[in-house]
Parts: sequence; structure tokens; C-alpha cells
Amino acid sequence: MALALAGSQNLAQISNYLIYSAMAVYLLAFLAYCVEWTFGGRSRVARQSAALTAKPGGTLAAAVAVAESEAAEKAVPAARPTVSVAMKTAGGGTAVLTRTAVAKAGAVDVVSRGDAEPPKDGVGAAGGSERADMLGRIAVSLTVLAALLQLGGVVSRGVSAGRPPWGNLYEFTCALTLIAALVYVGALFAGKPVRWLGLPLTTGILLGLGLAVSVLYTSSEQLVPALHSYWLWIHVSAAMVSGGALYAGAIATILYLLKDHYEVKLGRGTAKDSWWSSVCERLPASATLDKFAYRINAFIFPLWTFAIIAGAIWAEYAWGHYWEWDPTETWAFITWVGYACYLHARATAGWKGRKAAYLCLIAFAAFITNSYIVSIFINGKHSYAGV
Amino acid sequence: MSDTETTKPAAGGADAAGAAAAAEPDEARDARELAAAERMSTAAAEDLYSGGVRRSAEDGASGTDGEAGADGARAAESAASARPDGEAGEAGAGDSAPVGLGVIGWLRWLWRQLTSMRVALVLLFLLSLAAIPGSLIPQTSANANNVTAFLAKHGTLGPIYQKLGLFHVYSSPWFAAVYILLFVSLAGCIVPRCWQFVKVLRSQPPAAPRHLVRLPVYATWRTATAAEEVLEAAHGLLRRRRFRVGRGTGAAAGSLSSERGYLREVGNLLFHVSLFGLLIAFAVGKLYGGQGDVVVIQGQGFTNTLTQYDDFTPSSFYGAGNLDDFGFTLDSFHATYQTSGPQQGSPTSFVANVHYWKGSDSSKTTAGKIQVNKPLKIGGSNVYLTNHGYAPIVTVKDAKGNVAFSGPTACLQQDSDWTSTCAIKVPDYVGKDGKSTQLGFSGLFGPTMVVDAVRGPHSVFPGLDDPALFLTGYEGDLGIDSGLPQSVYELDTTHMKQFTATDGSPAKQMLTPGKSWTLPNGAGTLTFDGVDQWAQFTVAHNPGTEWALLSAVLAILGLIGSLFVQRRRVWVRALPGPDGTTVVELAGLGRSESARIAEELASFALALQDTAPAEPEPEPSAADDATATATAATAADAEPGAAADAEAPSDSEPGAPAVSGSGPVPSADHPVKE
Repeated sequence: MALALAGSQNLAQISNYLIYSAMAVYLLAFLAYCVEWTFGGRSRVARQSAALTAKPGGTLAAAVAVAESEAAEKAVPAARPTVSVAMKTAGGGTAVLTRTAVAKAGAVDVVSRGDAEPPKDGVGAAGGSERADMLGRIAVSLTVLAALLQLGGVVSRGVSAGRPPWGNLYEFTCALTLIAALVYVGALFAGKPVRWLGLPLTTGILLGLGLAVSVLYTSSEQLVPALHSYWLWIHVSAAMVSGGALYAGAIATILYLLKDHYEVKLGRGTAKDSWWSSVCERLPASATLDKFAYRINAFIFPLWTFAIIAGAIWAEYAWGHYWEWDPTETWAFITWVGYACYLHARATAGWKGRKAAYLCLIAFAAFITNSYIVSIFINGKHSYAGV
Repeated sequence: MSDTETTKPAAGGADAAGAAAAAEPDEARDARELAAAERMSTAAAEDLYSGGVRRSAEDGASGTDGEAGADGARAAESAASARPDGEAGEAGAGDSAPVGLGVIGWLRWLWRQLTSMRVALVLLFLLSLAAIPGSLIPQTSANANNVTAFLAKHGTLGPIYQKLGLFHVYSSPWFAAVYILLFVSLAGCIVPRCWQFVKVLRSQPPAAPRHLVRLPVYATWRTATAAEEVLEAAHGLLRRRRFRVGRGTGAAAGSLSSERGYLREVGNLLFHVSLFGLLIAFAVGKLYGGQGDVVVIQGQGFTNTLTQYDDFTPSSFYGAGNLDDFGFTLDSFHATYQTSGPQQGSPTSFVANVHYWKGSDSSKTTAGKIQVNKPLKIGGSNVYLTNHGYAPIVTVKDAKGNVAFSGPTACLQQDSDWTSTCAIKVPDYVGKDGKSTQLGFSGLFGPTMVVDAVRGPHSVFPGLDDPALFLTGYEGDLGIDSGLPQSVYELDTTHMKQFTATDGSPAKQMLTPGKSWTLPNGAGTLTFDGVDQWAQFTVAHNPGTEWALLSAVLAILGLIGSLFVQRRRVWVRALPGPDGTTVVELAGLGRSESARIAEELASFALALQDTAPAEPEPEPSAADDATATATAATAADAEPGAAADAEAPSDSEPGAPAVSGSGPVPSADHPVKE
């Protein structure tokens, strides 16, 4: 018994060390991202490619010819019919999808017309500079390492306490930032061009972990009996995953607003040639960012609804009523209504784009208020912060 | 980027203008046909306006007022192509009411405003704002003591809050106004939308527009297969892909129209309707539910009647007369704590063992266990374990040695080690002089009590290892006969005099079980006999929880459908071409511009190659090569036949096709940049 307890104490210590190490590695990753952006900004290639892609014209004929010749080169044997499908893109351009009639999905070449297609992730933070790109890769590797360390920290904390590692606000924060990191890493491994998300993500994770280990830290303990329930797995993990995803959506929204602001200035011709312009140029198009943010928020909204409902079901078992307007319940409701506002706004004329983005940020602010301000400073039945 | 609702009409106007600039009467007709294809029996369905929608002629003005539907793409197209009628008015929300609307006209206008998306947004926002004060200001329903404390502390702010109803925000009229308006608005939107969706389901998908090339996704090729065969093959393929297919007739002969993704609308409607279910379930719970708290000391019993509750919250239709008939006895309460290790003192389990009976026959009992997170269901009520503590048993004897009071008194814990404050009230006491008076004792109880110089007496472990009682005594009027309610855990000493020791200081005494305290001035004795435990139960009657759960589950299912399912249409046209071959055209339209539509069309086109293989182009183009390549269809503004060539050179004017095509395709994903 004593050995087991000593072991669990040991594990708690190990968990702390792992979290600290993860923080250190995140810091290195953060610095690497910063340097990547810096070096990428100075790169001539970045500037040139930006200039190139911003140039209108370039006939579709040439583009299609290029694409089709490339497709022909790509070891496509003769006599295989291909079908091209034209697709209008946002800026009035046209994309041509060429699909080869092979049993397994053949090559799909997408050719875009070269007008109003803003620089996409191909340019990215590294801006085409070899050095910056290498630093970017280093940053990604460091992020992966940090995420693994953090995963170890969270798991060992759970094992040391013998329960799911999200019983108080410290653990909740660690797990939430971990999920955000894992989703980012997962998306990168799935080939999605989201490396631009790296810098804001590591910033947020560092801030969250810093807050967790300094202010929110409590030692690994048993939970009060009220939390002894399998609902802990369901309700809290749903809330955590939603939180991580909503955080990513909020980052994308902020970047969208910045990029949109920049694009408007570009359109008016008042964009200055500063380091900020260089950063903005290398971000994905505002339309891409907007779509990305919308997809994340819309995807996770049902899960957030489920988290609230699971919480209500649990409240019925624990406190007697499924909805008592407890401060945390109320703010979860406010967050939900905020995101509902956002989704409605995206479907309302005159409210898409920037206004909807502001609503998204307000809703995310409500989420942060709920997690960190209400649960710490306002006393209610849901005060499990443990601080 | 536009900030006004006039974007769409303006865009539509530009489109119509652009079309007109092409100086062909065909253009306007095409645009109208396109509009009809888009809007026929569906755009109105996507219109969130109520029956007050100006539903003009089908090819006519936008009844959508630019705010149509949950999906901007459709609204965009319908609005963009609906302008030819010249209804270039502002969005309905901005309609300036002309003089002489009349009462009915005003009411209709008000109703249209209420059921508009913009007002729904505002109301949603207001709802979240209105919910905020309830989390920051103490609420009567959560903790009435906090409210009284707040009122006592804030002399000016308190009464203001009270007048504004801020101590019961969620049952206040202004909060109710917000959500009632919101639900009325929702009802006004959803009900017509349901009917429109039924109409959509009962009619064919909209016929193919004349110029399929204008649609966002387009493919075309020539084939030797006969047109009828192509159409049949396409029909089969589409059916296999779960599209609902209709055959074009009359002007649209030789074409198929198909649609898929109705679950999106079904999900949307289901979600919003289940919100009503939630509201009703919630209202039923609030109107017909009630709960009460009771502290039961070990060994004692409880019967579900009003007088036995410590506090009881009735509701409009649930009061003392509706309480279920049951009762229970608390046999024992067990709490276990960690006895060693870093988590020493943390509770690991709380169990209350009870015997309960239903009805009025208290002899037929059933054993039961109530734990945290595991309530006991007795009849229509749930019994929850919400708190527990210690109740030291004392016996107070007066000067003559008669027992004035004997029994346990529940003490309220103050910290996680169960240091508890006690208030022992002895209401029937005869003093030395024979006069009836009352005694009160207040102090601290700790299950494992230590005394230290800094904190004084306090408990260090919540389990009953070394209990001790620290008391001081008062004599006088307890105030319990005054008619004003008092907390059982606190002693009101305003009309009492404290016992003093011989040196004049207040008399205090520490007692361990079995010890006695001889009260000063020969007032009697107090003996600490032992310690019982008490448990606090909440007995709640919650009707409507199953309905709430069902509505919630349906809401989530509806959400998933409305957010993840893509609604799209595919049209196929196969007509004999001039040289005897059949010209096949495919076109697709989705609510939001996503690559999936193109992918879907591409794979469909590929599948169609089996029956209708593409023939190489008669004139070799610059892009052609040895493989039989179907041509690249472009945004060329040409006839279908001409577009079948890889006449990419026709695109050498990059500007024109983009503009005179089907216009900018704003969608839910892309802001319209103006």
C-alpha cells in the first residue's frame, strides 16, 4: 500500500516534470516558428512569388495546357479517357479538375486561373526560403515532441490519481492544450497545409500551460465523491475537445480578420511594405481562413451541444435538477448561444465575413470566461477548479 | 466587403446589368430561367421569412429580401438572378413603411421584422447578455442566504437590484420576454418552412436551365451513344447515388434534374422543433416540479410532508398537497476517507443506508442506499444525498437535575476536515429561580480535534477519530418564539446573556464524549454523550425530464444533419448535336462552394463514360494529346456545343467570362467582396 502510494506520488512528480519539459520544448518550437516567419519574410522568393501570384492574366489555355501536359507526363498510359470538370472559384476564376478513369483514383490536376488567387500555403511562413523552411520543419518536429511529452505528463497524472486526468482546472487546462496540439499535429500528418497555425497555437499552449502550472496547480488528488461518475469521462472530455477545437477556430478567425484587413488595404492600394505586410502575404487567403474557421466551428458545435447536455444529465443525478442556472451552466449556455449567433450570422446577408467573425470571437471569449473566470472566482455548485 | 443587406440585390443588379450589357434578350431570359431553376419550390423553402413573404411570380422578384435561408449560396443565387423584374428594393428588413399601411399592414410588417434573421440574431445576442447578470449576482433560487447577505451589505445597490428583479433573473419578466420573443420568431420561421419543405418533397427537382454552362460546376463531352440511352444511364447512376431524379418535359425535354441532401433541411427543422420540445419540457418541470431539503439525523425518519422539510420550494402547480406519499428512515450514514498518503482526509465515498416505504403504510419497508450521483427513486420523487455532517448528542440538566434537553444537534461543517459550528438551543429550561427561560450553546465541534496557537481548535481529519466539543453558553431569549425564521446552525444572542466564569471572562469548556460541564452559577450541567451523523437529502419531483432528454437528443441529431449534409443538385442534358453525335452536359450546384461538388460531378462523369464514352474532339486543340480527352469545359460564355471544344482560346478575354457567367458565386463560406 505504502509502495503503491509512493509510486503514485512518484508518478505525480514524473507528470510534473513531463509537463515542464513539454513547456520548454513548446518554447523552443515557438521560437523556431518565429524565426521561420522572420526569415521567410526577408526571402526574395516570397516577394517574387507574391508578386507573381497577384498578377492577373495568364490565360486559362496556357494553364490547361500545362496541366494536361503534366498529366500526360505522369505515366498515364494512352487510351485512358479523362474528364475535365470546370469549377468556378471565389474570385471569379476557374479551376479545372481532371480525373483519369482508372480503377483507383487517378491523378487529379487542379488548375487555377492566376487571378485574385492570393498566396496560399505553398508560400506559407517560410516564404520559399530554404533556411526558413528548415526552421519550419524543426518547429514542427519540436511541436510533435512537446505534444508527446505533454501526453506523457497528462497520462501519468491520470495514472497517479487513478482516474481520468481532468478533475480540476489544472488538469483540464493541460488536457485541453494537449488536444489542440494533437489535432494540429494530426492535421499536419494528414497532409493538410496548416503549418501557419503553428505559431498562434504554440503561443496559446504556452500561455495555457504557464497559467496551469503557476496559478492553477494542485497536487494529484482523489476527486470528491460528487465527481465519481462515468460522466466524468463523457461530459468533461467532450467539453475539452470542444474547447481545443473552438480555440483553433478562434485563432483562424483572428487571422482571418487580420488578413481581411490587409486585403482590403491591398485592394485600396494603401498597403505598406512592412514586416506585417510580409506576414500577411504569407498567410492563407482570407477566404481560406474564413472557411477553415467556419468548418471547425460548425463541426464542433454539435459536440459542444452534447457536452452541455451530458452535463445536464449528470447534474440531474448529482444535484437533483438538470438545469439550475448555476454560473458555469449559465456561461456554457451563453457560449452556446454565442456560437449559434455566429452560425446564424453566416447565413444572413450583411452579417457574413467580418461581423460573423466578431461574433465568433465574442463566443470564444465567453468560453474562456466560463472556464477560467467563472469557475475560479464565482462560487457555485460547479466549482471544481480546485484552486 | 459589404456590410449592408443590399449586397445581394446590388450584386444581382450588377449581374442583370452585365447580362443586359451583353445586349441579348436571351440573357435576361436565361437569368430568369436560372433563377427559376434555383428558386422553384426551394428558394422559398430556404427563405426564413414567414408567410408574410412577398411571394411574387416565380421568375420574379426576390421575396427573399436578401436574407434568405440558412444557406447564403442559394439566397445569393436566387437574389442575384431574381433582379430582372426590377425589384431592386432594399432588403425587407430595411423597408421603410410608406404612409397608409393600415393596421394590418403594420402588423404584417412587424411580423416580418420579428421573423427575420437579423432580429433573430439580435434576440439571440440579447438572450446571452440577459443571462449574464444571473451568474454574477446572487440568485434566490440558488442560495437565499447569499441574497440576504448581499442586501444587508449593499444598502443602495440592493434595493435597486431587487426592483429590477435581478435576484431572480431567470424567472423575471424581462428575461422571459427575450426568450418568448425568440421562440415566437422561431415559430414564425419554422412552421412555414416545414410546409415549404413538404411542398418541395412533393414536387420534382427544378428543371434544368437552358445554359447549364453558367452553373458553378460543369462538364460536357460528345459521345456516339444515343441521347435517350445516355439519359437512362444517367438516371440509373443518379438513382444509385441516392439522388432524387426527375425527367424534364416540354422546354426542358432531354434533360434530367436531380437533387440530394434533403436531410440537411430535415435536420435543420428537427433541431429547431426540438428546441420547442426543450422549452416545453423545461416549463413543465418548472411549473409542476418542486423540491425540498431535509436534514435527517441518523436513526430518525422522514415522512414526505411539508412540515418535515427544512426548506421547500413549491411551484405553480406543485405544492404541499401534491407531495408523494412516502417516507424513509436513515439507518446509518457512512463516509470513508483516505487515512494516509498525500490525499489523506479526502472523502472517497458517502453512503446513506435507508429503509423507505411508499404509501401510508410505514411497516412495509424496503432497504435502499442513497449515494452521491446515485439518487433513490421513490414513486415520483427522487431523493438525493447532498450533504452530511456530525450531530453531537448532549444532555442539559437544569439546577434541579431535571433534564431540560437531550438529543443530537446537527452541526454545519466549515472546512474540508469537518470542523463544524454548533448551535444547541434549549428552549425549555427552568432557571435556578424557578422562572422559565432559555439556554443556548454555541461553539465548535471537530471529529478529530486539535488545538493550536494559531488556528485555535480545529479538526484535522474528517473521520471520527478524536471528537471534541468547544462550547460557550448563553441564557435568555433564543428568539425562536418571535415568529421570525432562524438558522438552526446559528445562535442569535441579541437577547441573551453569556455565561461568565468566576474571573469575569466568558465561560468556555472543552468536552470529549462522556465528559460533563458544570454550568456557572449553578445553572445546571451539560453532558456530551456521543456523536451521531446526519445526512441532508433533497427530495425532488422533476416531471418532464424524459421529454427534455428526448428533445435534446433529437436536437443534436438535427444539428448533425443540418451542418454536415450537403444539399446539391445535378442536371444532365443529352441532346443530339449537329454532327449526329450526342452532346452530353452535366452541371452541378451546391449550397456552399466546396470542392466536393466538383469531385462528385467528376466521378459521376467518369461513371457515365461506361455508357457514353467521350469521343475525341473533331478539331485538335492546343491542349489535346493522344489520349481521348473530353474537353475542358470552361467558364466560356458559349453555347453548349461550342463549349464542347477545348476552345480555351475563347477565354483569352479573362474579364468577360467571369462577369457574364452566372455572376460571383458568394456562398456561405465566402464573403462577398464589394
